[in-house]
Amino acid sequence: MRILEGEKVTKYFGGLAAVSEVDFSVEQGEIFGLIGPNGAGKTTLFNLISGAFTPKSGVIKFKGKKISGLKPYKICRMGMARTFQEVKIFGGVPAIENVSLGALFGGPKAMSTAQATKEAGELLDFVGFTVPKNIPAGGLTLVNQKRVEIARALATKADMLLLDEVMAGLTPTETAEAMELVKRIRDRGFTVFMIEHVMKAIMGVCDRIMVLHHGEKIADGTPQEIATSKKVIEVYLGE
Amino acid sequence: MNFSKINWKKNAIIWGIPLVGVILLSFFPQYGSAYWVTRLSYFLMYIILAVAWTIFSGATGYISLASSAFFGVGIYAAALLGESMPLIFVVLIGGAASFVLAFIFGAITLRLRGIYFAMFTFGLVLLFKELIYYYEITVEGLRGRFVVLQSNDTIYYYLLGIFVVTMIAAYFMRRSKFGLALRSIGQNEEAAAHTGVNVTMVKILTFAVSAIFMGAAGVVMATKWTYVDPGVAFNLMISFTPVLMAIFGGMGNIYGPVIGAVLFTYIQEVLTTGDLKNYYMLIFGAVLIGAIVFMPNGLMGVIQKLVGLVRKWRKGGSVEQNANT
Repeated sequence: MRILEGEKVTKYFGGLAAVSEVDFSVEQGEIFGLIGPNGAGKTTLFNLISGAFTPKSGVIKFKGKKISGLKPYKICRMGMARTFQEVKIFGGVPAIENVSLGALFGGPKAMSTAQATKEAGELLDFVGFTVPKNIPAGGLTLVNQKRVEIARALATKADMLLLDEVMAGLTPTETAEAMELVKRIRDRGFTVFMIEHVMKAIMGVCDRIMVLHHGEKIADGTPQEIATSKKVIEVYLGE
Repeated sequence: MNFSKINWKKNAIIWGIPLVGVILLSFFPQYGSAYWVTRLSYFLMYIILAVAWTIFSGATGYISLASSAFFGVGIYAAALLGESMPLIFVVLIGGAASFVLAFIFGAITLRLRGIYFAMFTFGLVLLFKELIYYYEITVEGLRGRFVVLQSNDTIYYYLLGIFVVTMIAAYFMRRSKFGLALRSIGQNEEAAAHTGVNVTMVKILTFAVSAIFMGAAGVVMATKWTYVDPGVAFNLMISFTPVLMAIFGGMGNIYGPVIGAVLFTYIQEVLTTGDLKNYYMLIFGAVLIGAIVFMPNGLMGVIQKLVGLVRKWRKGGSVEQNANT
């Protein structure tokens, strides 16, 4: 079943087409990768899906309903959570409350603060957060801030997760752990849509991959197909 | 196994001390002089304004300079309705009118951020003042109006009541999930929106709720001043002073703005009435700059730091867990 689909999605910044007539679809339960050189429009596409931007033309549908043009909080409550390329956490707020905010506001129904805190604690354990949970998130290391951000997204009880370069800036060991985490998230029943620059990671975990270049889709298919695509190799390695 | 003891102690501090304080304050007019009742009324007014301001601006970091507009609405409510109904209803109507006005203000201005928001709220106060001047002079052919006078004790008790309600509201706001949403907005608005918080609604509602207390305080204070005009009602000092008090006291704790307001009012009074009155603004400015440079988290920040140091010392340095904070 298609959980997310986009039809001729287009966004301009001034005269520049950041995303140009991109068609895509994500199946329920898969890990879908998005790659492309810098400035290809990957994060812009995420911003269009999560409601930060409204597309100039084209339609985005989530679980069969049109979401393009809706406010971010509404899209989140429909079951679409995200993380950010440059980690966006609430620095002065304890890690656990960063996560419980997601449970309190992002979910489909209301819950008590105690229940939200309990769920937040479990999710922090799930993402491998091992330092004290009441430390203000701003004082954490990068990898732990990213864990908090992922746990916050999971806390909204989303069906789909947009992960924007979760592995950027991590050590090789941390990257391996993050790959493992992405798989575990999928096994929990989430559909994952991820942007990644670390090729080993994306080839290792994704079921399907889409490639953007100058705002246009140039290829999509299994990791095997992408790795052998002439067009993709041209874009990444030059002619 | 002394957790229950700690909790009991904590509860005693949170509820016991304020309760004793309020009871003592409520008996004050029976024993204290009329001079002190008046003086305490001013303390209470500034505490209400500073705490109410902090409910919204302290959490979100949106510096509102619109306080005097809401205070002024209360004053005008007292001037227009004071003769025809009991004070309690005027206070409620003044609070409600401020809520409505703040809701509209918020809907217009809360799209702006940082300095633009501060400037716009400042401009709205001026606009309000001039509009009412214009209306009074050209349409009604008068300037200002009389307010029905209330006794010093009545004013004191009303302010005490509003103060208690304001503190309770601020306390629960801070602890509720609404408070968490506000702080999150203050830290990273975009992330809050993408985590399911209806950012616009939370901001506007809180801004409007904080205005209720300012409006209610305005109603009561107006009955002290007997004659008001837009210049008195929409006095910009009412916008600035609570901001400075909250910064001075510290906004990380509910008692910060209270302590800030008390000390600030006291310093102001000492400086303006003593031998130093010619240097009032000069000394005041120096104190304020010193406070901001040396106490970025306000007086409460300094106190909390000291308490933390004492605890650490008593535990013999076994608080490694908090090292990162």
